[in-house]
Amino acid sequence: MNSDVAMNAIKVAEKVYWVGAVDWNIRDFHGYSTHRGTTYNAYLILDDHVALVDTVKANFSEEMMTRIESVVDPEKIEYVVCNHVEMDHSGAVPQAMETVKNAKVICTERGKEGLAKHYRGDWQFATVKTGGKLNLGKRNLSFIEAPMLHWPDSMFTYLVEDRILMPNDAFGQHIASSGRFDDEVPEALDEAEKYYANILMPFGSLIQSAIKKMGELNISPSVIAPSHGVIWRSDPQRIVNSYDDWSSGRTKPKVLVVYDSMWGSTEKMARAIAENAADPSVKVSVFHLRNSDRSDVVKEILAARVILLGTSTLNNTMLPKMGSLMTYLSGLRPKNKAVACFGSYGWGGGGVRTLENQLKALGLDVFAASVEAQYIPGDTDLEKCGELGKLAREKAKAGL
Amino acid sequence: MMKWRCRICRYEYDEAIGQPEKGIPPGTGFGNLPNDWTCPVCGASKTEFERIE
Repeated sequence: MNSDVAMNAIKVAEKVYWVGAVDWNIRDFHGYSTHRGTTYNAYLILDDHVALVDTVKANFSEEMMTRIESVVDPEKIEYVVCNHVEMDHSGAVPQAMETVKNAKVICTERGKEGLAKHYRGDWQFATVKTGGKLNLGKRNLSFIEAPMLHWPDSMFTYLVEDRILMPNDAFGQHIASSGRFDDEVPEALDEAEKYYANILMPFGSLIQSAIKKMGELNISPSVIAPSHGVIWRSDPQRIVNSYDDWSSGRTKPKVLVVYDSMWGSTEKMARAIAENAADPSVKVSVFHLRNSDRSDVVKEILAARVILLGTSTLNNTMLPKMGSLMTYLSGLRPKNKAVACFGSYGWGGGGVRTLENQLKALGLDVFAASVEAQYIPGDTDLEKCGELGKLAREKAKAGL
Repeated sequence: MMKWRCRICRYEYDEAIGQPEKGIPPGTGFGNLPNDWTCPVCGASKTEFERIE
């Protein structure tokens, strides 16, 4: 980043500033398609003792430092709080610690181990547990461990008097914008849903416990300031309620048809299925995996009740784009989905069988027999696809 | 019946409950879990677990 460009801190509350970086150009975040870029959010709290909560990705260090300099001499920072070890948030810790050699790094025990293995810095650490507090003068930071939300080291930091929750990746969204707040960026909730689906889907039960825990610890934030995207200030409860909903495992009357096709046969089958699944009360969406990215598909999977997956057979197995989606899903472990398979083959088959076995291994309910067509689907094949579509429609209406 | 906790993510395996969704019936001692059993939350191996009660 060009350090000649003057960059300012953005006020979040009295003596609380956003000092992060906007990454307008990232489009691939370890395989997650970030069509709208992202931000790395760092927060600065000015009090008798100055604290920096999280940092930015390493190549944005200069941007963060100039934003800090716009409100305080960086050498005054006494505490660098690391809510999460991942490098998009800790990447600029080494540069910050060069400037503030005597600062203490505040993190969980797991965070300390992780930071040591990333940077091998000769830093002073103070590890914290849930309920731990840090007095900054007039105000206090309180810490809540959040293991596996979404790494073992993760924690939330709460500025008690201002009721500002800094939960790091929880409640975040990948979106670059000139506005820093939710009321300025209406697309944020949509991106928050995609973020939840792609990053937090495996940890639904932990999210449910974390929301309960916030209540027990009397945390009712007036502002939720995550580590990516906008800050929720207009109605922070809205994003908490959305997390409650997404993590509950509840689904909507929604059918997804997701496929890859070699020569158009599996595509014909997909269209026959989708045509027959539609109903005024059932939303049907269709995705061809060579035109739609798997992280966009996963966002749709989050609320879908029924998923129909189709693949042609290539060398007795699935097409590679479907294989990629299945590998991704085996880690994300979606729950409460009814699934069925379809696809075309030439001679030995194997694509649909492999797909069906992998779905079963994921513990999903295979609610109907697979439909397969040899070479080009004929009328009988397409009728069978229509029947599968109708079954999917009824399944979506009935719930699971 | 004892409880075991994952040192990585703090998931608790309760022998009294087992892990029915994976076909591990209630009452299965931690020592009787297969050697390749992993933490259902973070994927850590059995050796990362400690007995808590």
